[in-house]
Amino acid sequence: MADAPLIELRRVAKVYGSGEAQVAALAGIDLSIHDGEFVAVMGPSGSGKSTCMNILGCLDAPTAGHYLFRGTDVSSLTRDQRALLRRHYLGFVFQGFNLLKRTTALENLELPLIYRGVARAERRRLSLDTLAKVGLTGRENHTAAELSGGQQQRVAIARALVASPSVVFADEPTGNLDTAKSHEIMQLLKTLNAEQKLTIVLVTHEEDVAAYASRQVRFRDGLIESDTATLQSQKVGRP
Amino acid sequence: MMLNAFLLALREIRNNLMRAGLTTLGIVIGVGAVILMVTLGAGANSRVTSDIATMGNNLLVVFPGQRNGPPTAVTPFDMSIVDAIQRDIPGLAEVVPELAVNGVAVNGNHNHSTQIDGTNNSYLRSRNWAITYGRGFSPAEILAGKSVCILGETVRHDLFGDQIPIGERIRINKVTCEVIGLLEAKGTSSFGQDMDEVVLMPLKAVQRKLAGNTQVNVIRVSVAEAGEMHHASDAIERLMRERRHILPGQAEDFTVQDMQEITQIVQGVTGILTAFLSAVAAISLLVGGIGIMNIMLVSVTERTREIGIRLAIGARERDVLLQFLIEAVVMSASGGIVGILLGLAGSFAIARALSIPFIFQPGIVVIAVLFAAGVGVAFGYFPARRAARLDPIEALRHE
Repeated sequence: MADAPLIELRRVAKVYGSGEAQVAALAGIDLSIHDGEFVAVMGPSGSGKSTCMNILGCLDAPTAGHYLFRGTDVSSLTRDQRALLRRHYLGFVFQGFNLLKRTTALENLELPLIYRGVARAERRRLSLDTLAKVGLTGRENHTAAELSGGQQQRVAIARALVASPSVVFADEPTGNLDTAKSHEIMQLLKTLNAEQKLTIVLVTHEEDVAAYASRQVRFRDGLIESDTATLQSQKVGRP
Repeated sequence: MMLNAFLLALREIRNNLMRAGLTTLGIVIGVGAVILMVTLGAGANSRVTSDIATMGNNLLVVFPGQRNGPPTAVTPFDMSIVDAIQRDIPGLAEVVPELAVNGVAVNGNHNHSTQIDGTNNSYLRSRNWAITYGRGFSPAEILAGKSVCILGETVRHDLFGDQIPIGERIRINKVTCEVIGLLEAKGTSSFGQDMDEVVLMPLKAVQRKLAGNTQVNVIRVSVAEAGEMHHASDAIERLMRERRHILPGQAEDFTVQDMQEITQIVQGVTGILTAFLSAVAAISLLVGGIGIMNIMLVSVTERTREIGIRLAIGARERDVLLQFLIEAVVMSASGGIVGILLGLAGSFAIARALSIPFIFQPGIVVIAVLFAAGVGVAFGYFPARRAARLDPIEALRHE
């Protein structure tokens, strides 16, 4: 590998509870993701894939190990520092869309830009551009309640993209959609990955959804069971 | 950061007008009700006090018999006592003799039963009672006991409708009487008495032509200085005992009543009324506060997910808190302003309808607004802080 990975997990573990009731959701994993990759994280429930996703998304901190983001160790950041990292470098797409209620598509998109302090005119231009990119031109002033599930998820994807993050995390983005809409959404993500070199990390338990990604990582019992990337990426950190 | 928080807060209010409206309404009701209560309370209180003042300033009322004593035959007063009081006791502003009899005033086919008060012009002076049309009694009329009369507004209206009957003649019982003046309307006193239900005639006219005696029912004495009330009252008592030949140790057959004492009693009662109204006001403020608290708690619980979204997108705890604080302040402030306006407008209108004075009470306005806004901000802020301290994942899972 020529360049340093965007994301690198080293022996990352996450333990919930204490004493007898301790549960190790992650038992010390190593994982590297490079710019421009489209990675599907798979596994049965309880396998640790969601925990891994939350740590990658800086929504949660690991109990042990190191998380390097562009070479910087972010595993010991404070809550506020993690929030700033999310604000400037990360985008999220959730299963339940999580748009603000009674708020228009345009204003939902402006939200991350407001937190970033982008000026009004620029905010509007970026939001409209991004809505066009996900095929929602003409729906700018519709609220979530006035949009279909597929359209809501497009708004959510646009919101994740609008601030040009380094990586977008999508947690079961098709979980609430029917098959046809699921494929539309996955096609959109795949196009964004291909055309804009957008790095995407996707959590899913559906094989056909995972098939859109260029790399599949499987979790089981808090460990990585398999990774379709070349074996050396698993073994780099292990002497 | 401040500017952005303002933007986010105003957007959130605009997009959730129903929720914001309900919260604001709680504050409006709390603030408005308290202002209404206290303003009207103060108005009623001042009305009662000023009604007492219209009975006359620093008034002593002297009448034959003991107020609480056995109903025994007592010697009535006559003008010689009135003259003696006037002559011998210093520091008195007015000494007003009165002889009241019941009579029927008749004009053509209108008749009206009322009280006929025999007195003189000091009656009007001691009560600050103006004559709107015509004149008071002339010295000659007083001296001769001429059949002239001054009508109260109720009597005038019943006998003459919309006319101004100066110079007209009416009959009172069997006496024909010329109307020489009309009294300014005073309305109903706070004790429910129609103060305009009166006909004034010279004392001598009532004595001779209506009552057929030379008595005086009651002597009203208004004392020049409020501080001299006890002194004057004692002096009148001594004079009366002497003139009525009451031996030392023997009970008096007359009463000197200090109206200041009555005023104090009435003011004590209105004081209790004010305290009661304040208690009602405090309760309505509390109820309003609980209303605000409820809607704030419910809406923050409902908004936990929203807070999760904001945190995930990159808001820090303080960004979320600042936004919620601004929302709460904006709603409390606008609710407070509307509450003040409605409370003042409402109390102004009601005060007019009840013909009590409108007395602006700045203190209660400040207290009501501070309390309502405090409750609004506290219950908007602290639950929001709890939610903002959640893990974003947990907040997002919240339904």
